Amino acid sequence: MTGGAPAGAPGVVPRAGTAGAPTLAEICVVACAEAWRGDGAILASPMGIIPSLGARLAQLTFEPDLMLTDGEATVLAPDADGSRVAEGWVPFREVFTVLAAGKRHIMMGASQLDQFGNQNISCIGDWSRPKTQLIGVRGAPGNTVNHPVSYWVPRHTRRVFVDQVDMVSGIGYKRAAALSPAIAGFHELRLVVTNLAVLDFGGPDHSMRLRSLHPGVSVSDVADATGFVLASPLQVPQTRLPTVAELTIIREQLDPDSRRDVELS
Amino acid sequence: MPVAVMTPGQVVAELRPGMTIGIGGFGSRRKPMALVRAIAASDLSGLTVVSYGGPDVGLLIAAGKIRRLVTGFVTLDSIPLEPQFRHARQTGAIELTELDEGMLHWGLLAAAHRLPFLPMRAGLGSDVMRVNAQIRTVRSPYADGEEFAAVPALRLDAALVHMNRADKRGNGQYLGPDPYFDDLFCRAADRAFMSCERIVPTGELLAAGPVQSLLINRSMVHGIAETPNGAHFTSCVPDYGRDEAFQAAYAAASASSEFWQQFHETFLAGNEADYQAAVARFAAGEGERRAPAGVPS
Repeated sequence: MTGGAPAGAPGVVPRAGTAGAPTLAEICVVACAEAWRGDGAILASPMGIIPSLGARLAQLTFEPDLMLTDGEATVLAPDADGSRVAEGWVPFREVFTVLAAGKRHIMMGASQLDQFGNQNISCIGDWSRPKTQLIGVRGAPGNTVNHPVSYWVPRHTRRVFVDQVDMVSGIGYKRAAALSPAIAGFHELRLVVTNLAVLDFGGPDHSMRLRSLHPGVSVSDVADATGFVLASPLQVPQTRLPTVAELTIIREQLDPDSRRDVELS
Repeated sequence: MPVAVMTPGQVVAELRPGMTIGIGGFGSRRKPMALVRAIAASDLSGLTVVSYGGPDVGLLIAAGKIRRLVTGFVTLDSIPLEPQFRHARQTGAIELTELDEGMLHWGLLAAAHRLPFLPMRAGLGSDVMRVNAQIRTVRSPYADGEEFAAVPALRLDAALVHMNRADKRGNGQYLGPDPYFDDLFCRAADRAFMSCERIVPTGELLAAGPVQSLLINRSMVHGIAETPNGAHFTSCVPDYGRDEAFQAAYAAASASSEFWQQFHETFLAGNEADYQAAVARFAAGEGERRAPAGVPS
């Protein structure tokens, strides 16, 4: 088995609905939003459409103190009439200071992710002459030794969830524990949200653990799509479904053009 | 020595093969592309390029100018992966010093401050340390005793940056939302060259933006060049945004050597004026494709 379940395959969840039942994309938006619960006045840095919608949903509902940018240097706050107004300035150089101060929680992508949370976005294959060059390590090394990090994986497969990543960009728990006590204290991998499930690192020795399953997905669906043994409680709860209020915000305010479905197609 | 007002060709004539050259901007944002195009058309070779990489890196790779790239990423932003960079890496055409992007900042800051290194946590535990055996660690001499990456100074022979406005004396102004790291690139370099959209009298600089938008001062630069639309096809807001249609055409042309040959002949074979004329023709063609038949656009 190499491919894992196709996105949303175990299908009681409709792909796109205008009324009624939440879609898989909407369930993922809410699951991403949950990553920032309790974070308070820190910079939320979502990478990707669904994480961005999740962060904005969190800000509009249970985490109003979150700070969010326009993707460039301007920090935008929701205004009373639903529009967004500038409330601050965080150019790239300031982002580096914010992250070193620990006042940030980023949700990054991952081309590869292993059992203890080592992440790769640099290249596939031997680094000296990669089979596939990707974007580069970016800020993943610095993010993971300084502040909470979560991951968004729109296609949960064995190509992503691997035994060993080819170029450790973001560091996992075992590597962090081998560094200074300060770094071990700053390091936190919060959640991994995929199209199948929500995972965390609550397994033995901070190994990856199945936290909740999206509707219609079984434990074996996730296990089949994962290249290592996932810790799993006896009873895995279902991922929290969006409330009616959350669905209204997602559909009418944040994403009326359904860009959220593109990331899962 | 007074700051010289130069053409892009005169800037390139100040550079030498094998130099380490820093390029300002960030990804596909406010890159000194007119200067980059002039390097691509020159006989320079074997360069080490330090950059928050975008199409500046791609164009110089395509022209065979880069021996080693020092970066944390190369991206076109709206197109996540830079095709020329990918191809060069996958064929072993360039050497790479891959750093965390914060380490790149720290290396420039160390060089700007004339320090040999600066300590930081970024990089530790990651494979950045595996693929950069030259990067050492350093232990805090204070009670904490913590070990840090000793990020080496990124000293540059030359820096190239692009500003929205400048005066003839070498003061430069950015009018967009982000300074990026252009002042640090200039400070890290033995000699810095600044292109700009428009040279204006010093007394007019503050008409466009507040005093804190004067990012570059004349102690940092050695030459300036007025290059209207000189960051094209990267963004140079508020003067212009990224030319997404052109960037898509660039990325598509990078897919094969045949397509690239055609792109090169159309846009890059002449000088900067030829390039801008070809870009104007491309934009007019795009306009015709978008406008319904018979409706003036």
